[in-house]
Amino acid sequence: MMNPENYLILAAILFSIGAVGVLVRRNALVAFMCVELMLNATNIVLVAGSHIHGGLDGQVATFFVMVVAAAEVVVGLAIIVSIFKTRRSTSVDDANLLKL
Amino acid sequence: MILLETIVEPVAATGMYAHLWLMIAVPALSAAVLLLAGRVSDAWGHLLATAAVIVSFGVALAVFTSMLINDPGVRRVSLPLYTWFSTGEWEFGVGLLVDQLSILFALLITGVGSLIHIYAIGYMAHDARRRRFFAYLNLFIAAMLVLVLADNYLVLFVGWEGVGLASYLLISFWQHKPAAAAAGVKALVMNRVGDLGMLIAIFTMLALFGSSSFAVVNAGVAEAPGFWVTVMGFALLLGACGKSAQVPLQAWLLDAMEGPTPVSALIHAATMVTAGVYLVVRSHAIFELAPIAQTAVVVVGTVTLLAGAWIGCAQDDIKKVLAGSTMSQIGYMMLAAGIGPAGYAFAIFHLLTHGFFKANMFLGAGSLMHGMHEGVDMRRYGALRTAMKVTFWTFAMGYLAIIGFPLFSGYFSKDHIIEAAFEHNLVVGLCALIGAGITAFYMTRLMLMTFFGERRWDEGVHPHESPKVMTIPLIVLAVFSVGAGIVMNNWIQGWLEPALGVHPHELSLVPTPVGLLTMAVVAVGVALSWFVFGRGPIPRVAPATRNPITLAGRNVLFADQANGLLFTGPTVATAHAVDVTDRVGIDGAADGTGRAFGGLSAMVRRVQSGYARSYALMMLFGVLAVGVVLILSQLG
Repeated sequence: MMNPENYLILAAILFSIGAVGVLVRRNALVAFMCVELMLNATNIVLVAGSHIHGGLDGQVATFFVMVVAAAEVVVGLAIIVSIFKTRRSTSVDDANLLKL
Repeated sequence: MILLETIVEPVAATGMYAHLWLMIAVPALSAAVLLLAGRVSDAWGHLLATAAVIVSFGVALAVFTSMLINDPGVRRVSLPLYTWFSTGEWEFGVGLLVDQLSILFALLITGVGSLIHIYAIGYMAHDARRRRFFAYLNLFIAAMLVLVLADNYLVLFVGWEGVGLASYLLISFWQHKPAAAAAGVKALVMNRVGDLGMLIAIFTMLALFGSSSFAVVNAGVAEAPGFWVTVMGFALLLGACGKSAQVPLQAWLLDAMEGPTPVSALIHAATMVTAGVYLVVRSHAIFELAPIAQTAVVVVGTVTLLAGAWIGCAQDDIKKVLAGSTMSQIGYMMLAAGIGPAGYAFAIFHLLTHGFFKANMFLGAGSLMHGMHEGVDMRRYGALRTAMKVTFWTFAMGYLAIIGFPLFSGYFSKDHIIEAAFEHNLVVGLCALIGAGITAFYMTRLMLMTFFGERRWDEGVHPHESPKVMTIPLIVLAVFSVGAGIVMNNWIQGWLEPALGVHPHELSLVPTPVGLLTMAVVAVGVALSWFVFGRGPIPRVAPATRNPITLAGRNVLFADQANGLLFTGPTVATAHAVDVTDRVGIDGAADGTGRAFGGLSAMVRRVQSGYARSYALMMLFGVLAVGVVLILSQLG
């Protein structure tokens, strides 16, 4: 069996890539994919933890995260599509109407 | 010493006395009708008002007659009217008391009041608001009668305030003139200071005796603690000073001359301003047991008689000269009232004769103004004795009466006061004597500047004699100015004896040494005045002077400046300080807090940039920070 730390390192790398992606990319769709990446990194940590401790709690929590992520994708993509329809842009910086 | 046992108990009212209340009710009703009926009564309002006062005079005369007929033992009559209000153990009744003292006042008020009402029909003939003027005059008569006929201090105070209100309304009757409006307010405010004294006195009486009726107070004052009697004396004196324009509350009287001249004659010469003297004489039981307060009355009277005379010497406005003279003469009355039992009757005697001759001269001044296009500056008068004969001769009677020319009314009343003052204290006597000389000086100046010398009239002024409706009251008052003294001289002391509890002095018609001395001083005053004003032409503009005595006289002894410095200034400064504290301190704190939060919010707002990515970055940092804290706490 592989060293469980490797899973955690992979998760950390994926999470960091996701986080940096959200911060630096303007395209809403890419930012969205990065969010998914971070969520999945979290899932890896949960599953790895579950494996290490020999319980099923982490795996159950993973399902919750996946459901929430699916719901989020539905809502988020709908918002992005409607913004794109009105503004012809998917840049997150262009959507600043709420700024004072 | 006080002779309380000689003061007879009042008897119940019967016969004519039962109708006493009509004396007050008729003018009060007339005032109400005139004020409520409005323009409808414009045509006949002045006639109704005059008739109301004459009816009042008739009632007073009837009461006086029945007093004369009745035995002296039953001349003091009380007429309880109704219970005003009762609270706890106290019950306040409204009742009238007529005795030898108050009937003289009632006769003066209604008698001189009637003449002045008649005079005012002519004087105010061209005023659009004549009806209102007469309504106020009636209101004044009613209030003044309440004042002198009340049987307790509380009802007296109602009348006291009533005359104050009427005085205010009439001084500022020509309200379109800012000076008149300001003068009314000034009189009202300065009288409030005196009213404070009245209230303190009444409250003290209620606390000590449980009643403010004259009978209870006079009976109980002998057993009252001396300190509180003195407090009452001083408080009453303060009230008297306010109403009677005595130093230190004298400054309002000269400004009060802004009112129409009949008002000056009735309120600010003959009746209302003498209410203070009435108060002191009526409260003689209190003052006799408070020697310090009594001395204060003498001092106030002496100072005022000199101050008023001083002012009278330097003013050029004929009404203001007469106002200064009024102050001075009331000073004589106060002095007499403060001397004690020896002076009461003389105070009242002088009050009555002064009421006649000063009303006469004020109405004469009004007649002059009528002929001179409302001009009041004596430097623009001159040589009027031929143009206005009746006015001149009646005025001359008043003049001879006030300077104390032998056998005229002032000769008797003032000489008695000077004599009593000499018996009381040499310094006071000398002051009174000097006052008589100054009186002769400024009154002669007034006569010379007004009726003699050459014409100094303004362009287009053609003096003419006033109509009969104005000259007849003048003639009647002139007759009284001449004769009132000799008629009352031997009678008044005996008449007032039961009311004041004082035995009459022997009076001789042969002049005493003091009397001769007074005559000599008066002659010197007249001669000096002729020497200064009678020989050469009088400049049409008051010559500039650096003489401090003249300057002080022209500026009314700097009373306004002193009041401003001592009272108005600090009050205004305090108000200003409070205002600044409110605006800077309290508003500043409230506004500052708001502004601080506003500024903070403006700074915090910058964070809300609207860029989703910067929010995300912040969130990341936040999460990192929370994570670091959690890990560190785990380690610890």
